[in-house]
Amino acid sequence: MDRRSFLAACGIGAGGLLLPGFAGRAIAESQLVETIDIAVKKRLADAGLSAASAAGASYCDVRVGRYLRQFVITREANVQNIVNTESIGTGVRVIADGAWGFAATNDMTAEAVAEAARLATAIAKANARNQTQPVQLAPTPGVGEVSWKTPIRRNAMEVPIAEKVELLLGVNAAAMAAGANFVNSQLFLVNEQKYFASSDGSYIDQDVHRIWAPMSVTVIDQTSGKFRSRQGLSAPMGLGYEYLEGRAEDKLESANGAVISYGMSYDMREDAVAAARQAREKLTAKSVEPGQYDLVLDPDHLGLTIHESVGHPLELDRVLGYEANYAGTSFATLDKRESRFQYGSEIVNLFADKTQPGSLGAVEYDDEGVKTKQWDLIKDGKLVDYQATRDQVHILGKTASDGCSYADSWSTVQFQRMANVSLKPGTQPMTRNDMISNVENGIYILGRGSFSIDQQRYNAQFGGTLFYEIKNGEITQPLEDVAYQMRTPEFWNACSAICDESDYRMFGSFFDGKGQPSQVSAVSHGSSSTRFDKINVINTARSLG
Amino acid sequence: MSIMTEAEAKTILDKVIALSTADECTAQLDGTIDGNIRFALNNVSTSGVISNIDLGVQVAFGKRVGAATINEFSDAALARVVKRAEDLAKLAPENPEFMPAVGPQTYRATNTFSAATAAITPENRAEIARASIAPCKSQNLIAAGFLNDNQSFTAFANSNGAFGYQRSTEMDYTCTVRTEDGTGSGWVARNLQDASTFNVDSDIQIAMRKASASRDAQALEPGKYTVILEPAAAAGLISFMFNFFDARSADEGRSFLSKAGGGNKIGEQVFDPRVNVYSDPGHAETPALPWDGDGLPRERVNIVENGVVRNLGYSRYWADKQGKPQMAQPGNIIMEGGSKSTSDLVRETERGILVTRTWYIRMVDPQTVLLTGLTRDGTFYIENGELKYPLKNFRFNESPVIMLNNIDELGRSVRVGDDGPTMMIPPMRVRDFTFTSLSDAV
Repeated sequence: MDRRSFLAACGIGAGGLLLPGFAGRAIAESQLVETIDIAVKKRLADAGLSAASAAGASYCDVRVGRYLRQFVITREANVQNIVNTESIGTGVRVIADGAWGFAATNDMTAEAVAEAARLATAIAKANARNQTQPVQLAPTPGVGEVSWKTPIRRNAMEVPIAEKVELLLGVNAAAMAAGANFVNSQLFLVNEQKYFASSDGSYIDQDVHRIWAPMSVTVIDQTSGKFRSRQGLSAPMGLGYEYLEGRAEDKLESANGAVISYGMSYDMREDAVAAARQAREKLTAKSVEPGQYDLVLDPDHLGLTIHESVGHPLELDRVLGYEANYAGTSFATLDKRESRFQYGSEIVNLFADKTQPGSLGAVEYDDEGVKTKQWDLIKDGKLVDYQATRDQVHILGKTASDGCSYADSWSTVQFQRMANVSLKPGTQPMTRNDMISNVENGIYILGRGSFSIDQQRYNAQFGGTLFYEIKNGEITQPLEDVAYQMRTPEFWNACSAICDESDYRMFGSFFDGKGQPSQVSAVSHGSSSTRFDKINVINTARSLG
Repeated sequence: MSIMTEAEAKTILDKVIALSTADECTAQLDGTIDGNIRFALNNVSTSGVISNIDLGVQVAFGKRVGAATINEFSDAALARVVKRAEDLAKLAPENPEFMPAVGPQTYRATNTFSAATAAITPENRAEIARASIAPCKSQNLIAAGFLNDNQSFTAFANSNGAFGYQRSTEMDYTCTVRTEDGTGSGWVARNLQDASTFNVDSDIQIAMRKASASRDAQALEPGKYTVILEPAAAAGLISFMFNFFDARSADEGRSFLSKAGGGNKIGEQVFDPRVNVYSDPGHAETPALPWDGDGLPRERVNIVENGVVRNLGYSRYWADKQGKPQMAQPGNIIMEGGSKSTSDLVRETERGILVTRTWYIRMVDPQTVLLTGLTRDGTFYIENGELKYPLKNFRFNESPVIMLNNIDELGRSVRVGDDGPTMMIPPMRVRDFTFTSLSDAV
């Protein structure tokens, strides 16, 4: 996550004007439902394509983007901030003399876009002088004029602000009535209206929607000075406002009724009440004995582990060294793909995709016009592939891009970003409760907690939101102060059981940071509850004296 | 045009204030020119210049607040942005924590602008990339780095009579150097307000030496060790902790600075008596704007004095509610140190571990500010005052509060850039620093 942007968006930053830390201008609520005429976008794109070609570019793509965001931020009975932002403009990327060039403008005239195309071509030609290898672009067929929209039922941007405020303040009141001392709840809504055109003959209009409803409930024991927070168990999703309907069929209750988990919709108020009760339980929960445990990891926890230990190390640009100075490189080097490195146990199948309905990464075409797909990264436990863009796939001997190019704005250059990376459900029937009933000495972990991993993605440490002791097949009591430490290949090779498809749910990361200057992207990770044997658990309690 | 003069900025801000019919109006202009160059695998990968200027307008009717921004400055555009902010305010729910804008203030100008930094050209950036890459190539090392330089101005005015204008600059250079076989990695970082003191030729040598010297690292059993944290390594933990120097969360009982039974720890001994931290917008090496986001004038303020917490950050609302004076939020953090360099500290260490850089630091437990993270790009075993051999990287689980109670010695503070306000942080030798596992990462 890009922490500074997140804090600024939450109004926790420098103070002063109530403006978010994202690029964009504040607009009226009514403007959130407007769109740009597709004929206007095509005219701008054609101006860019023609100008680039005339200036000597061998390839050109033009992205006309309108990026909308709405943030509703509350605590207890107060609305702290409501912000609507819009960022609009055009980015032009070209290849000339075998090198990339990029330029962008927020001037929405054909002349300005043509000028940006000429500037991008000049930059490419300048870059070409020091280039040691010309760009090799995998062929991508032009698709003509097409359009795609996130399959939503209710556009969150069309929901009146009063309804959103009523929801959040109702959630907060429910948490307070259930014993919370403090509660923060937010809605983050995103709509990317993206038009992509390229010299390959594509004109692709896409309307992408995302939603996130994070919440944090805090309880305090003033006598001891102890405090505990419980985060909401929602996931950011590629869905509309229907995600907040909290439908009965999307709820999953654990064996002893300790926890309700959520799938394709979320009951925020119900979760707020549970959060207040569970935060209170945390104050007196047993502090974990350090040692080796069999872990049952819920999908709303495991998603982050997948993200850090599989998604990032299998990004080809990291593997090659392009991110060495910032995010780092990868232990999963190219020779490991050649030798079919045993990344995990034989039941482990991890796949990348940009197509799962409801996922944050779902689009029909990526930001360089490649039709999206699903492909295997780890098959039967073995490393078989990476995530790569048009200018990288030739390194892997592939002839088509994986379709995982993304830019977080019209003004930033698209580059390789993580697709949804998900764990295939087990093929044998097994529910979450079946899995727990087979564990003798274990810990059941739900929700996101602290997460940290080294720059080559070997050594990681993960906390969680909720921890339950499992003894002889039963959930016995809540635990606290739990974190597990792992080395990526050993961890995935310790995977001994995966629940079936009925337990499959998605986790999401809304602000995944990468690159310099840093860009954010949003990505989902699906899995079913999964068991890992004999994992090292540490106790994180300390005393400040 | 991204950098306006004071007169140009004031003309626009005055027009905006005059256009507003709200109970109060605050307008702010921010202009930046950001230049950058990025390189990896001994080649330049991207470079660019981004110029931007924005006018933000915030208005209030009673306790209803609305804000809008625009990046054109014709009279018609100014009228539009004011109207949009006013329309939004009329629709907004009341904010019970609303505080009226500050009145006229006196700001003492600080030296945040360097002509040398503002004068950096694309050619200079290319030369810095070349000077980073060339020596690495000649020694079969691989460089990946990023240079970002920035010049900016900020100007604000409000309908109560406050006005401020100032220009600023900053440059930040980082470079990771790796051996061709991937068994060694070194790093250097330089954050400066005045680029004229930047010497890429000597800085790149630091990263190159560490890369070569860190090959064939040995494993040391995790546990508690005496460590020397270089300033950047220490800053990773310390900056995290200062995010929680907030009075409201302490008063509310949800901070390591909350007192059992209620209240906060202002006046209490929380750190070793040698810990002294203050904020000062006029600091020569790390100057900050003379006002904060609310327009309150910044002054020198003691945050920790001889290990005792002296001041926490109060929002204007919380200060008002608690009957405290209104005080600006700090724009920098200066931790005092001694006179010794990192090398001096190493020379005087019998046994210990030198840590170049800390990485991927995350909060494990806010109750104790327990943080986890890893060492990276140069970790060495020290014996009898010398770097004996390179070590495999460690994961640590440590609280900066505990760390700053286990100080052995502080060295000379240096400027460190981080994901927040700039800081002056000393290298430090610390006892019983907790490493909990080994990492194979290089």
